[in-house]
Amino acid sequence: MTNLKASLLALAATTALTAFAFPAQAEDSVFVPLFTYRTGPFAGSGIFIADGMHDYLTMLNERDGGIGGVKIAVEECETGYDTKKGLECYEAVKPKNPVMVNPWSTGITLPLIPRAAVDKIPILSMAYGLSASAQGDTFPWIFNPPDTYWDGFSQILKFIGGQEGGLDKLKGKKIGYIYLDAGFGREPLPLIEQLAKDYGFEAKLYPVAAAEMQNQSAQWLNVRRDRPDYMVMYGWGAMQPTAIKEAVKTNYPMDKFISIWWPSEDDARGAGDGAKGFKMLNWHGSTPDFPVIKDVQKYVVDAGKSQSPKEKVGTTLYNRGVYNSMLIAEAIRTAQQVTGKKVVTGEDVRRGLEDLNIDAARLKALGMEGFTGPIKLSCSDHNGHRPTFVQQWDGTKYVKVSDWIEPLSDKVKPLLQADAKAYAEKNAPWPARTEACDARS
Amino acid sequence: MFYREAGQYKTTYQADMSVFPILQDRIGLALIIVAALVLPLVAGEFMIASVMVPFLILALAAIGLNILTGYTGLVSLGTGAFMGVGAYACYKLSTTFPAINILVWIVASGFVSCAVGVLFGLPSLRIKGFYLAVATLAAQFFLQWCFVRVPWLYNYNPSGAIEVPSRTLFGIHVTGASATPTTRYYVALAIVIAVTWIVSNLVHGRVGRSFMAVRDMDIAAQLIGIRLLRTKLLAFAVSSFITGVAGAMMVFLWLGAAEPDAFNINQSFILLFMVIIGGLGSLIGSFFGAALIYVLPIIVRATPETFGLTIGAATVEHLTYLITGALIIFFLIVEPLGLARLWQIGKQKLRVWPFPY
Repeated sequence: MTNLKASLLALAATTALTAFAFPAQAEDSVFVPLFTYRTGPFAGSGIFIADGMHDYLTMLNERDGGIGGVKIAVEECETGYDTKKGLECYEAVKPKNPVMVNPWSTGITLPLIPRAAVDKIPILSMAYGLSASAQGDTFPWIFNPPDTYWDGFSQILKFIGGQEGGLDKLKGKKIGYIYLDAGFGREPLPLIEQLAKDYGFEAKLYPVAAAEMQNQSAQWLNVRRDRPDYMVMYGWGAMQPTAIKEAVKTNYPMDKFISIWWPSEDDARGAGDGAKGFKMLNWHGSTPDFPVIKDVQKYVVDAGKSQSPKEKVGTTLYNRGVYNSMLIAEAIRTAQQVTGKKVVTGEDVRRGLEDLNIDAARLKALGMEGFTGPIKLSCSDHNGHRPTFVQQWDGTKYVKVSDWIEPLSDKVKPLLQADAKAYAEKNAPWPARTEACDARS
Repeated sequence: MFYREAGQYKTTYQADMSVFPILQDRIGLALIIVAALVLPLVAGEFMIASVMVPFLILALAAIGLNILTGYTGLVSLGTGAFMGVGAYACYKLSTTFPAINILVWIVASGFVSCAVGVLFGLPSLRIKGFYLAVATLAAQFFLQWCFVRVPWLYNYNPSGAIEVPSRTLFGIHVTGASATPTTRYYVALAIVIAVTWIVSNLVHGRVGRSFMAVRDMDIAAQLIGIRLLRTKLLAFAVSSFITGVAGAMMVFLWLGAAEPDAFNINQSFILLFMVIIGGLGSLIGSFFGAALIYVLPIIVRATPETFGLTIGAATVEHLTYLITGALIIFFLIVEPLGLARLWQIGKQKLRVWPFPY
């Protein structure tokens, strides 16, 4: 064989071999993959979340040298909110021993739920995913703090009740529910049915297909015909600004339009002045005036390590990403405390998530005093069912207009238990919980 | 020099009429199958789980569509929905009768999809070409609507999605979270090899020839005695059976769960593109098309990391679209009949190599 052929063969062989190898964990680090979508129809919301998550973890690396002295290896994997690509990302990151997975899509979370226990990688589906996964006894590897979609709907209903003068005044009222016709939008439907029966209001449903998100004129014409007293929205991505624009176009009273916690400032701003009065739930601050956001600005944004434009730092969804990353970091820290190890694995972080206890003092140490409320998870409660507040769009920013609203736990908890049981039955044989409970305080 | 029939004498009519008359072809095929069987021993889990299993399943679906569009000339835009019919049928059958082997149900769901396909193929006698494409588009939208609005199909799950239950085969987990990628790969490989062998015999036989006659000129085919309605419905039946099996495999062996969105119009378009770029009317073209449209983007996405370049994930995504699109345009300009034709030309040139003709 000639020299050229030999060297070409050698090159081909090395390329083929390296294609199958994956880089080993050099030096001490914990690997946190971020399943983000900066492309696709949901990028309008996904970009802020991705920036917030990435920037907070980078800030920890820069300011503190990581968590407990161990750096966080952050890697973004683009899913485009597509289930197939999300599963591909999951398979790609599995060999690198991730300590947890944040799918950021209910559609991607659902197929991963049975795999979490087998692959020993906990899933943190913060405020989305399968609502029933709040039941830690049935889903030991899935966590969805601080609220489920069912808690959220009950909180919106409580707020509406507050506006009307009491939950009993809801009798005979019409409440419209416009939702993304996908897993996450359809999740609360059983609860809505139950609450409509209990409180005597009429629920009108307006599904929006994902492919038709930017074309909602049909749904809003129906809204104009039905004239519901209140509109509740469960949207994401491009559905939200379109819904707000259509609501303005059909002259729906904006102060009666309340959304679950997903809209951003851009979604409301696009509709112009008419969007003033639009409300949404939230559980953390939506401005950059907190020590933690200032640290992020100083160590990451100003140092040029962020992909986020400066004016978007500190907005609602950016802070949502920061909150998610805070949960990740605190789970890793708790795991380090519980196990005594520095480089923790997925199993350790599962215990870290179960023993998560972020109280007021810890929030102050994190620079999040006033940013959000305390949260504590337990072996049976993987959610926390925390209170949220309502914030209103005033034309330039969101302003808090209510107190902290607790969810209707007496209505929601029995339904969650029943749903968890039904899930385990439908997916029999569903493994019984074998993971021990640390039971800290 | 290496690839020619000189010296290969056939002594029986059967040998003369065989599908692969040249010995080198048969050796090549055997090598490919052996390589496919040995692959899990050398390749990593990502390669098996995220590249090979989806590739096999999509290639199978492309074979199904190729029978309809490539061999019979009936353009169909409802392939995604027929895959969905197979998937939901398999789900309902498996959850209603959990004790029966999952492979039985995967094949049975093909028959359900076959029945639905024949139903939506009935207009094919009256309408042709693009108009038939619109009729199959109606199938796509109607069936997707059924997946969303008929709660019985997803067992009244509140999330509206179907989750795959854990099933075993000879004691080894085949579906569900405990199933290893290797197991799923071998099951998919077995089904794909079996179906490809059956379809190969089909298209090389009387039925395949009647399909191609209908494609080339259906009036002439009718004149020589081929019954049009039966042939076209048979094409829809066979095609929907295969795509139904592929759909059931997609949910049970690959995704593990599915929302109705997994079988939307995009899925139909992707399969149609695989068939067109791979080569209409060619089995190997289905495999080429699936490789180009599904596997190539994964390779492009994985390339920056293997060479140590850090490019942002979104940029990689955009570059993937650019490169895949450019390659599609390039191949269609170079050879409008698809990659299978390029393969055929390559083999032709190899037969006379080193002479130019």
